[in-house]
Amino acid sequence: MLTASLAEGTIMLDVLLEPFMLRALLAGVLLSALAGYYGVFVVQRRLSFLGAGLGHAAFGGIALGLFLGIQPLWIAIPFTLLVGIGIAWIRDNTRLAADTAIGIFFSVSVALGILFLSLSTGRNADAFSYLFGSLLSVTTTDLGISSVLVGAGLATLPRLWGDWAYATFDEEAAKVSGIPTRNRDLLLITMLAATIVVSLKVVGILLVAAWVVVPAASARLMANTFGGMTRLSIAIAIGTTVVGLVLSVALDVPTGAMIVLVQAALFVVIMTTSRRS
Amino acid sequence: MITVSHLYVQAAHRSILRDISFTIPEGAFLAIIGPNGGGKSTLVRAMLGLQPYTGMITYASTGTTEVTGPTDTTGPADATRPADATRPADTTRPATSEGPTYTKSIARAEGPIGASTGYVPQIKTLDRTFPALTEELVATALKRRWPWRIDNTCRSIVAEALSQVGADHLMGQAIRNLSGGELQRVYLARALISKPAYLFLDEPAAGVDVAGAADMLECVERFRHALDATVIMVTHDWDVALHHASHALVLNQEIISYGLTKDAMNETAIRTAFGHEGHAHGVFGGGHHHA
Repeated sequence: MLTASLAEGTIMLDVLLEPFMLRALLAGVLLSALAGYYGVFVVQRRLSFLGAGLGHAAFGGIALGLFLGIQPLWIAIPFTLLVGIGIAWIRDNTRLAADTAIGIFFSVSVALGILFLSLSTGRNADAFSYLFGSLLSVTTTDLGISSVLVGAGLATLPRLWGDWAYATFDEEAAKVSGIPTRNRDLLLITMLAATIVVSLKVVGILLVAAWVVVPAASARLMANTFGGMTRLSIAIAIGTTVVGLVLSVALDVPTGAMIVLVQAALFVVIMTTSRRS
Repeated sequence: MITVSHLYVQAAHRSILRDISFTIPEGAFLAIIGPNGGGKSTLVRAMLGLQPYTGMITYASTGTTEVTGPTDTTGPADATRPADATRPADTTRPATSEGPTYTKSIARAEGPIGASTGYVPQIKTLDRTFPALTEELVATALKRRWPWRIDNTCRSIVAEALSQVGADHLMGQAIRNLSGGELQRVYLARALISKPAYLFLDEPAAGVDVAGAADMLECVERFRHALDATVIMVTHDWDVALHHASHALVLNQEIISYGLTKDAMNETAIRTAFGHEGHAHGVFGGGHHHA
């Protein structure tokens, strides 16, 4: 019995030290930090649906990449950025609200994705790794892009975080202070879209919205300041992602689902223990 | 001095403001009064660069030559922003001492006048779910962005600003727990902290009890005299306008009357603006509130 569990433990450790697992862990840590960071703006601006919309937009881009036989990320990133900009444009220049614009792009992207997938043969397994996330599929390229995104995220801290936060609190006050809010919004959507697309291999299209929203929502319940909320959200996102990843390997269950379930469990604990003050 | 000339604002094929021209002298206290939907807030928003308009709005400090033609408005708004405007409280209006002259012909509203303006918005627009402490909200006036954290220098400047408006006890409070009157004071502290040359207030008495509103207006008056600032206030309270303002602008989509308060707020102007024909109650000085 003891020997058996020891052996299981050794196997588990071996798996965790496999290069693919280390890549996945590293990518998970980097991308979750970004999801936690941008997630606070998504939550506080009531844009949770945007996360879902951009995730599904990425599906269209990825399917197009698979159809054309090009590395899907290179198509999905610009495709999702365009959708994000399109959503912002419709919100700013028509009478429609952002959620209507998201709803339209959401369905069009999924429809395009289904069409492209049906036209491309033998690529359905790849498509599945994006739909549900797949640790095995995280490549060195993904790690490289994640590192670049983290670098860009760190670069936004001294100025853009404060601009975004101010516009989140009160867009007009931010404008009066000289912050070009439209330009800043586009930058935020760009960073968010890139983070979401690159995160798909870890959590999958279906769960990427939760991965952006849940850590920030937990942090919101605990924090008294927006800076505190941001720091907590990043910490919660990293912590739950590492726990979820390791658990998914130990229990041999899909990673994205495990991460999101861990995040949701923590959210429930925080919600029931923190009093509304 | 602020000069507004031939200002028009249109929205969705509807004319909101028509051919508005007036000049606010340096150090004046202007009350903008008029009926709901008369364009009071729109005028202030245009002056702050938050509302697209046609026409010309010129800010010119004493001692500078007034620009008569439109200047370039394409430059990034960032160029007018101090990198990090944390400065000791004892300096006098840094923005105006440089004598900025600011002109816009057609505003596309991306952050205009910067450090020389303070703005106390209507508090009903506040997002109370935003996690923020009083001192953070006040510090936005120093940092000109949301503060990641508040350092000691910033904290002491904020504390002084709060004490000037009688709100030192609100340090450390979450803004979602503040009453309307407390919040109004915090906004006033924020507006005053950068010692602006122009202070805009949009319905400062709305949602505040009478005593609170009077206290707050006293703070505004003290500030105006101490710094020789120009105050522009939207209100629909006659008494407030009569007792505090040096100038009044009666507005209902176009200017009904403008001038010194006692001249501009004449019976005819008020009747024209509000359609008060046949109303029996006294309009002036009787503690009468048009809420």
